Amino acid sequence: MSAPAEAPATGAFCLALLRRQLTLAARRPIEIGNPLLFFAMVVALFPLGLGPAPDKLAGFAPGILWIIALLSNLLTSETVFRSDFEDGSLEQLLLAPQPLFMSVLAYIGAHWLTTGLLLALVSPVFALMINLPGQAIGALVASLLLGTAVLSLVGGIGAALTVGLKRGGMLISLLILPFYMPVLIFGSAAVQNAVLGTPAVPYLAILGAMLCLAIALAPLAIAAGLRISVDA
Amino acid sequence: MSSGPSGEPLLAVHDLCLERGGRELFRDLSFEVRPGHLVQVDGPNGAGKTSLLRILAGLSRYGFEGRVERHSLLLYLGHQSAVKALLTPRENLAWHVAGESAYGDTEIEDALNKVGLYGYEDVPSHALSAGQHRRVNLARLYLSRSALWLLDEPFTAIDKGGVAELEKLLVEHVQRGGAVVMTSHQPLRVAYQVTMLSLTDGLPA
Amino acid sequence: MWSFFHKLGSPPWLFRIAGSILRWLLPVTLVALAVGLVWGLLFTAPDFRQGNSYRIIYIHVPAAVVALAGYYVMAIAGAVSLIWKMKMADVAMKACAPIGAALTFIALVTGSIWGKPTWGTWWVWDARITSMLILLFLYLGVVALYEAYDNKEAAGKACAVLSLVGMVNIPIIYKSVDWWYSLHQPASIKFTGESTIDPSMLYPLLWMIVTFYALFTCCLLMNMRAELLEREARTNWVKKLAAENRA
Repeated sequence: MSAPAEAPATGAFCLALLRRQLTLAARRPIEIGNPLLFFAMVVALFPLGLGPAPDKLAGFAPGILWIIALLSNLLTSETVFRSDFEDGSLEQLLLAPQPLFMSVLAYIGAHWLTTGLLLALVSPVFALMINLPGQAIGALVASLLLGTAVLSLVGGIGAALTVGLKRGGMLISLLILPFYMPVLIFGSAAVQNAVLGTPAVPYLAILGAMLCLAIALAPLAIAAGLRISVDA
Repeated sequence: MSSGPSGEPLLAVHDLCLERGGRELFRDLSFEVRPGHLVQVDGPNGAGKTSLLRILAGLSRYGFEGRVERHSLLLYLGHQSAVKALLTPRENLAWHVAGESAYGDTEIEDALNKVGLYGYEDVPSHALSAGQHRRVNLARLYLSRSALWLLDEPFTAIDKGGVAELEKLLVEHVQRGGAVVMTSHQPLRVAYQVTMLSLTDGLPA
Repeated sequence: MWSFFHKLGSPPWLFRIAGSILRWLLPVTLVALAVGLVWGLLFTAPDFRQGNSYRIIYIHVPAAVVALAGYYVMAIAGAVSLIWKMKMADVAMKACAPIGAALTFIALVTGSIWGKPTWGTWWVWDARITSMLILLFLYLGVVALYEAYDNKEAAGKACAVLSLVGMVNIPIIYKSVDWWYSLHQPASIKFTGESTIDPSMLYPLLWMIVTFYALFTCCLLMNMRAELLEREARTNWVKKLAAENRA
C-alpha cells in the first residue's frame, strides 16, 4: 500500500461523531424543540386535571416535573440509532476499528446535549408555572442534569435492542421504564427535600453515583444490543 | 507493482458453513485472500453472497460455523449507502462513521471530483439522486487506506461510465497490493485476472 | 468434564436427561406440595394478630422468593449463552421468563388477597409489593422483546442482554424502592420487618420455599423440553421420537 493504513485515534473519532450528531440535530431544529414543547404541554395538563389551586400544584410539583422529564426522554430515546440503522450508517459504525464503547458514548452524549441538557436549562420556567417554591429550583436543575444523563444512557440500551424492530415504539417503554424508576425516586426526592429545606446534596450524590455506574456499564449493553440488531 | 496474488493473506476463511431457513447455502468453504486478489463471488440470487460478505466483514457474528481471520483494516460497502440526507457530501465523508481514516479537505474534493460530483460538495445530500448517493459512497474507495475491500453489488444504480471508472479503480487497488472481494451479476471487464469464488468449491487453486 | 459440557450442548441428550429427572422430581414435588399445603394450612396455629388470614404466606412468600431467584437463573443462563454461545442455555433462558412472570403474578395476587383483611385494601404501595410489580414488568419486558424479534436466535441474544441489564439493576431498584418507602411511609404498618415468626410457622414455610424451588425446576425442565422439540422439529431425533409415540 502507498500510505500505511492507520485509523484515526479514538478521541478524534468520537469528537467527529459528536460533531456529526450535533450537526444532524441542528439541521432538524424541530426535533430538538419537540421534547421541550412536549414538556410545556404536559405541564399544562396537570392544572387541568388536578385543579388550579397553587398550593396543591406546588405539593405535587417535584414529582410532576420529574415524571414529565422522564417521559419526554423516553419519547426521544427511541430515535438515537433509528435513522443510522435505516440508512446503513450503523453497520459502518460497527465495522469501525475504534472501540464501539466510546462511539456509543459519543452518540449518547450528543443525545443528552440536545435533550436532557436543554430540558434542565429551561425547567425553571416550567417549575414557576406549577408553583414549585423558588428555593428548590437549583436542586431541580441539578437533579435533571444528572438524572437525564442516566436516562439517556439507559434509554440507549432500549433503543439499541429495538432499533431493528418495525414496531419498537411501545416496546421500548416496556423495556426501559422499570430501569428509570430509581432515577425518578432519587430525582424527585432531591427536589422534594429542597422544597422542605433539607439538604438535597445526598440525593444528588446518589444520582451522580448512578451516572458513574451507567457510564461504565450501559455502553457495553448498548454495543451488544447494536451488534445483535444489525445482525438480526 | 506486483502482478497476481502473493504475500501474507489479508483474510483467511476456515471451514465456513452457513444454513438459512433449513437450507444449506455453503459448507466447508475455506479460502485465503492475498494482496493482488480481485475476487468476484459467483452464484445466483439467494446463494448466500451477501451473507458471505457480511460474515467476512464481521457484521454477522452467529448463525454460521467456521472461522474468519482478518489481518488488515477493511472497507465494506453494503446495499445501503450510509449517506445522511441532512449532511453535505463533504460532511458525509469527513465525519464518516466507519472511522477508517481521517481525510483532508482536498482529498475529499478530489474523491468527489473523481466520482463526478464536482460542484456538489456542499449541497445537502437530500437534493441528490439515488445514483449520486451511491457515488458519494463510492468516493470512499478513492479515500480508503484499507487494504481489503468487501463490496456488495457496487455497480447497482451506477451508469456505464461510472462502472468503467470503478473497474479501473479496483484494478489500481489490487495492483497497489490491496485485495477486493466483491459480488456482481455482470462480469468485470478488466485487464486483470479476476478470481471467481464459487460458494460450493471455494477459490481455484 | 469436557465431554459433559459437550453432551450438554446436545439437544437429544438434554431432552432425555430432563425427562428422566422429571420422572422422579415431578411426583416428589407434587407430594411435597400437598404435604406443605396441608401442614401450613391446617396444622399450624393461627396468628395472634391476623388470625387465619396469614396462612397465605405459605403460597405468597415462596412464590415471591422463587420469582426473584428465577430472574437470576434467567440472567445467568443468558450470560452463558452469550459468552459460550451455548444454545441450551438459550433454551433455558427462554423457558425461564414465562415461569418467573407467572410466579411474580401469583405473589402479587396472593399479596393483594392477603392485604384485604390485613390492611383493609386490595393494594398498598408497600416497598415489597412495588418491587414485585417492577419485577413483573421486567419479566414481561423480556417476554415481549423475545416475541418482537422474528429471528429467534437474535431474540435470544437480545433477551440475554436485557436480562443481564436487569440483573445489575434489580438490587438498585429494590434498594431505591425500599428507601423510597421508608421516606414516604412511617413504619406503622411494617409488621413483616422483625422476624419474630414462631418455629411452628417457620418450618412449613421453609418446606414450601424448597418445594417451590423444586416446582420451578420441574416447570423449567418441562418448558425446556417443549422448546427443544419445537426448535429441533425438523431433525431426525424428533421425527423418530414422534414416530415412536405414535406407535
